[in-house]
Amino acid sequence: MERLETLLRRAFPDASDLRVVDRTGTGDHFHVLVQAAAMNGLSLVEQHKLVYAALSEPLRDGTIHELRISTKGTA
Amino acid sequence: MSELKDRIQDVIENEPVALFMKGTPDLVMCGNSQRAIDALRGAGAPITVVNILPDPAIRQELSAISGWPTIPQVFIKGELIGGADIAEELAASGELEHKLSEKLGENYRGRAVQKVIPL
Repeated sequence: MERLETLLRRAFPDASDLRVVDRTGTGDHFHVLVQAAAMNGLSLVEQHKLVYAALSEPLRDGTIHELRISTKGTA
Repeated sequence: MSELKDRIQDVIENEPVALFMKGTPDLVMCGNSQRAIDALRGAGAPITVVNILPDPAIRQELSAISGWPTIPQVFIKGELIGGADIAEELAASGELEHKLSEKLGENYRGRAVQKVIPL
């Protein structure tokens, strides 16, 4: 969970809201919420792709079994 | 391999609403695939389903095409709409219905069919 938060903070240093929720308490089903200016003007698909890119490593190595994403711009 | 890629591309481009999911609507194998189906059904979308589970290559090729790493994936007339989260979000705000009528015409509900196609 801390690892995900670190990766997201690195990708979205300007985030006004950034949360990682362990949905099941088992460390593999997460809900991440990111509100950042970097999302402004992007479609939801593009916004979610930024989150996937930030978390590509834990997605690839199986740390993340299931990921829910909520994103928002600041505008 | 490239043949499979072509068949996936064909589904994405030619089906009004394509849903790549784990399992089929009768036997859904993943909660997120269920969420995507529910969102699409709620909006009255004519869904064409592809089950990605029979062949791991489907998922690989699909993600290479779409740039989207997870399943499910929803496309409307060739455009990637997103996964379960976005489908739900758009359904809740009414934007999904708006998008469907914009892309498929206002009578899209009248064509509501659900089919499962093999690749």
